[in-house]
Amino acid sequence: MRKLNITKLFVAVAILLAAPLLVAAQESHIGKYDGNAGAGKQLYFRYCWGCHGFRGDGNGENAQYLNILPRNFVAATFKCRSTVTGTLPTDQDLFNSIKRGFNNSNMPSWIELTDQNRADLIAFIKGFSPRWKTEKAGTPITIPAEPPVTVDSIKHGKELFTKLECWKCHGPEGRGDGPSASTLTDNNDQPIRPYNFAAGSRFKCGSTNADLYKIFITGLDGTPMPSFADVIKPEEAWDLVHYLRTLQVTHKSPELALWVTTKEGAEIVASQKIYGTPTGSGIKQ
Amino acid sequence: MQFVDAISLTRKSFRVVPSLLGLLLTSVLLFTANTPAAAAPLSAINVHALPAFARKYGMPCSACHLAWPLLSPFGQAFKDNGYQLGNDRDAPIYQNPAYWPVTFRITPQWHRENENRAQVDDPTSTTGGQTEGNVTTHGFDWSGLDFHTGGTLAKNVSFYVLPSSDNTGAFHFETVFARLDNLAGTSWLNLKLGKFELDNLLSEKRILTLTNVSGVYTNYHFQPATENNGLNPAFPTFTFGIGDNQVGLELMGHSKDDRTRYSASILSSNDGSPGLPTNRSYDGFFTFSQAFQVGSLGLQRIGAFDYIGQAPTYFQFTEGGVGNAANGLPGTGIGNRSFYRAGLIGQFFLKKYDLTAMYFHSSDDKYLATGTPSNLALPTGARNATWNGALFESHYTFNPQYILIQRVELVRMSQQALPVDPTNGYIPGVSVPFQGFGNEDVYTFGGRYYPFISTRAGFAFHGEYAFSHQRGTAPITGRDLDFSSLLAGFDFAF
Repeated sequence: MRKLNITKLFVAVAILLAAPLLVAAQESHIGKYDGNAGAGKQLYFRYCWGCHGFRGDGNGENAQYLNILPRNFVAATFKCRSTVTGTLPTDQDLFNSIKRGFNNSNMPSWIELTDQNRADLIAFIKGFSPRWKTEKAGTPITIPAEPPVTVDSIKHGKELFTKLECWKCHGPEGRGDGPSASTLTDNNDQPIRPYNFAAGSRFKCGSTNADLYKIFITGLDGTPMPSFADVIKPEEAWDLVHYLRTLQVTHKSPELALWVTTKEGAEIVASQKIYGTPTGSGIKQ
Repeated sequence: MQFVDAISLTRKSFRVVPSLLGLLLTSVLLFTANTPAAAAPLSAINVHALPAFARKYGMPCSACHLAWPLLSPFGQAFKDNGYQLGNDRDAPIYQNPAYWPVTFRITPQWHRENENRAQVDDPTSTTGGQTEGNVTTHGFDWSGLDFHTGGTLAKNVSFYVLPSSDNTGAFHFETVFARLDNLAGTSWLNLKLGKFELDNLLSEKRILTLTNVSGVYTNYHFQPATENNGLNPAFPTFTFGIGDNQVGLELMGHSKDDRTRYSASILSSNDGSPGLPTNRSYDGFFTFSQAFQVGSLGLQRIGAFDYIGQAPTYFQFTEGGVGNAANGLPGTGIGNRSFYRAGLIGQFFLKKYDLTAMYFHSSDDKYLATGTPSNLALPTGARNATWNGALFESHYTFNPQYILIQRVELVRMSQQALPVDPTNGYIPGVSVPFQGFGNEDVYTFGGRYYPFISTRAGFAFHGEYAFSHQRGTAPITGRDLDFSSLLAGFDFAF
């Protein structure tokens, strides 16, 4: 039997252990804030590691209890971006995500942190993935000015909802109960539920019409929600936005207000009303 | 290219073996103090830090606590939002049915207490005389026990119940409230009813120090030494502290990012005691604060508070003997006289160093300050008692696992309730020996080391030394009275 060389073994093990631990320091720039990865590290290990893990791989000690897994910063696939599908998000996108949080997940809004804190966190988080070393963030898409809301726009959006087969996942009434809904998984092979418009909660990536427009065009990477950038024209995307707003029957909006003035809209909205529960589920009448 | 070892902090900060500095601090606190000690009952801690919340949301203690139980800005916002993160996962309907939001906390410890001039039996006296003695005690012990349960009953309906015991196991309710959160869909309207901690920006229930001397903020409980002097049996004991949980209704609001906060409370004038034992009047408490970001230093906050209260000076009805407050019919205290506690606060962060500075200005009506029922004549020359206070508490947070604590508190009488007579000692109801009679200084040093940071439970090595100095209040000689307390223990919550 060959004699074990302790020194070589020690060096090999040390290299093996140390290699994944080294994270290239990154920078972040959001407006007037320049992120510092060192400061971000302190913040990460105060606030984030419980879910996202020591290595940023989304495997924190709490991850096993979550039904929407924490973001894996090593894979660096992000849902909420202003950039085209498959590309890295901008620093501003990450900044917005941390500030906004994600409804219906365990990721809260970190609005209480300072802007500098968030910039520091982003600088550190970017160090987890080799993608940030080899790729640049994608170019933000251009969002054209929103056209006025009209009944025709809403009706056209309704047609697109059918034509693009949005209903297959989101359901004919937008309740997230389409025929494919139960079969959907994300890139972690975890079941994922399509957005339920009727519940009226905030969208995954923001609350404005422009945020909703952006979701169509960029898609939600890592989920079954694709990018429709090559499928629909900008004006069609806005029509779809206007229609989808009417599916949020518990959320007051100009689109819904206009839609219920039509006979067709009034009947549809009346049939979609959800009644509140005493359990505090967050669903309002 | 600069490289950052993402795990280095993990290894440095999340290891189970205490750091060298932590060991050094504990050793120093344990073995270097040489001040005498006095026996005093261990008070319940009654501090709030809830692993139950950590378990519910899967966040480490360090997310909500700068060092538990002291809140971070994120934790303060969570509390202000009705123990909700606001991600539509707060209501109990989203929790595992087996989840039970309960946390207990207790602190087994070794402590040493000293009082330099305690009233003791005079061993040389044959007539049962009393004298003053330097009394030191020390030994192993434990704190009171807190059972915290809190959270949401439904979206935007939160609650908190805290049965708390002293270290003999005698329980009382420290906190009992329900709160309607985000009324009318705005964070500016939240309504709380029950017994709760006042909206003190420096929370005594989240105090980082545990000794008998420094387990509460002196400025939050200070009352002039001339009060409750026992001269008039009809006078109900007047006890008040803004650190005491009070019973009432609180309207509180805050901006979404919690930078701006206000609260207004109407409270029963019973200092949080159950059963309305004294009078039937109401007090008010008001706070306002504003935080702002200063470069990369962190959040800075300034604020102000004012408590306006009243307390009875005798009972309208008694049962079992006229003219003795001990026989007072609960709730029938009358002859109310006013008092107030006002102040300013600044909380400043310089990266890992933070400093809280507070200024207090307080006053008690002359009847309260001399222990005189308002239907009786005041002592000659009696005036309202007024005093000023200052508090400076600073921390150095090396990392979420290790924090050093320092605090200085000063209380200075600006106007005594009784005339100053330098030729005599304190004569209750007549005079005080000097203007500074009853002034108090308290100095505290300590450290806490959390060997692990978890999303499930909390544990800390705690070491602390505190010293207080009171002017002229020794029970027999009227000389200065000193207390000191040294404590080392395991502070844990689950």
